[in-house]
Amino acid sequence: MPVDQSLVGREFPPTSQRTVTTDEVAAFATALGAVPDDTVPPTYPIVLAFDAMNAFLASEQIDLFRIIHGEQRFAYERPVRIGDTLTATLTVASLRQIGGADIIGTSSAIHDADGALVCTAKATLVHTGGAA
Amino acid sequence: MIAGLVVGAAFEPITYPVTRADLVSYAAAAGDPNPIHQDEDVARSVGLPGVIAHGMLTLGLAGRAVATWTDGAEVVELGCKFTNPVVVPAEGSVEVVVSGSVKKIEDGLATLALEVTCNDVKVLGMPKAVVRA
Repeated sequence: MPVDQSLVGREFPPTSQRTVTTDEVAAFATALGAVPDDTVPPTYPIVLAFDAMNAFLASEQIDLFRIIHGEQRFAYERPVRIGDTLTATLTVASLRQIGGADIIGTSSAIHDADGALVCTAKATLVHTGGAA
Repeated sequence: MIAGLVVGAAFEPITYPVTRADLVSYAAAAGDPNPIHQDEDVARSVGLPGVIAHGMLTLGLAGRAVATWTDGAEVVELGCKFTNPVVVPAEGSVEVVVSGSVKKIEDGLATLALEVTCNDVKVLGMPKAVVRA
C-alpha cells in the first residue's frame, strides 16, 4: 500500500531523550572495527535518527524489513560528545512513488538538552511496498 | 592546518573486512534489527542478492578512513547515497575499500571526495565528507 501523500511536511514528536554513554559509543566504534576512544564516530547520530525513523514507521504501520536506506546526509553544528542528552525530531520532507516503491525523504533534527541543534540527519528511505 | 590537506592530494586507500559477526555487532550497537542484515531468506524476499551490510556500517567505515587520514579532524558534513549492496557471505568476509582525495579547501573547511568499493564495484554514490581543516 502506498504511503499516504498527506504525510509530507508532517513533524513527528521528538524521540525520548538518549544520553550518549561511554559504553554505547565504545560498542558503536567497536562494531565499526575501530579501537574505542573518547571521540564519537560521526555516524553515531544515526542511533537517534533511527529512533525517530522507527517511531515514524510504527505510526504509519510500515514494516522495517521493507525499508532500504537510499541516502543519508549528516550536517553537524558541533561534534556529539559523551554525556550529551539528545532527542531527534523527524519531519517528512518529501514523498514520491517510483516503480511501485515509495521514496520517502526525511529530516531529523537532533537537539541537545539545552535545545541547541547538534546535527541534522537527512535520510531517503525506499519502501518496497510488496503486495498491496 | 592538517598535514596532507591540500587540494588534489589523494589519501592512501584503506581496506576494511566485514563479516556476518560485524553485522550482528553493528545491529546491536546501532539498534537496527532489520533482518535483511541477518537473515538470507528475508533479504531475498525483498529482492536483495543475500544478506547485506547496513549502509550506515559502510558509511561508518568511510568515516573511520576520514578520521585516519585527517588525524581526527572535526567532521562538519558526511553523506552518501547507498547505490549498491555490500553482500556479506555467511563464512569469511568481504572487503570494503575506502579511498579519497581533497576536492577543495574554502573558509577553513576541506571537502573530501570519497570512493567506497566492494569487489571493485562502487557501493556508495558520491560519498563526501567536509572537515574543519
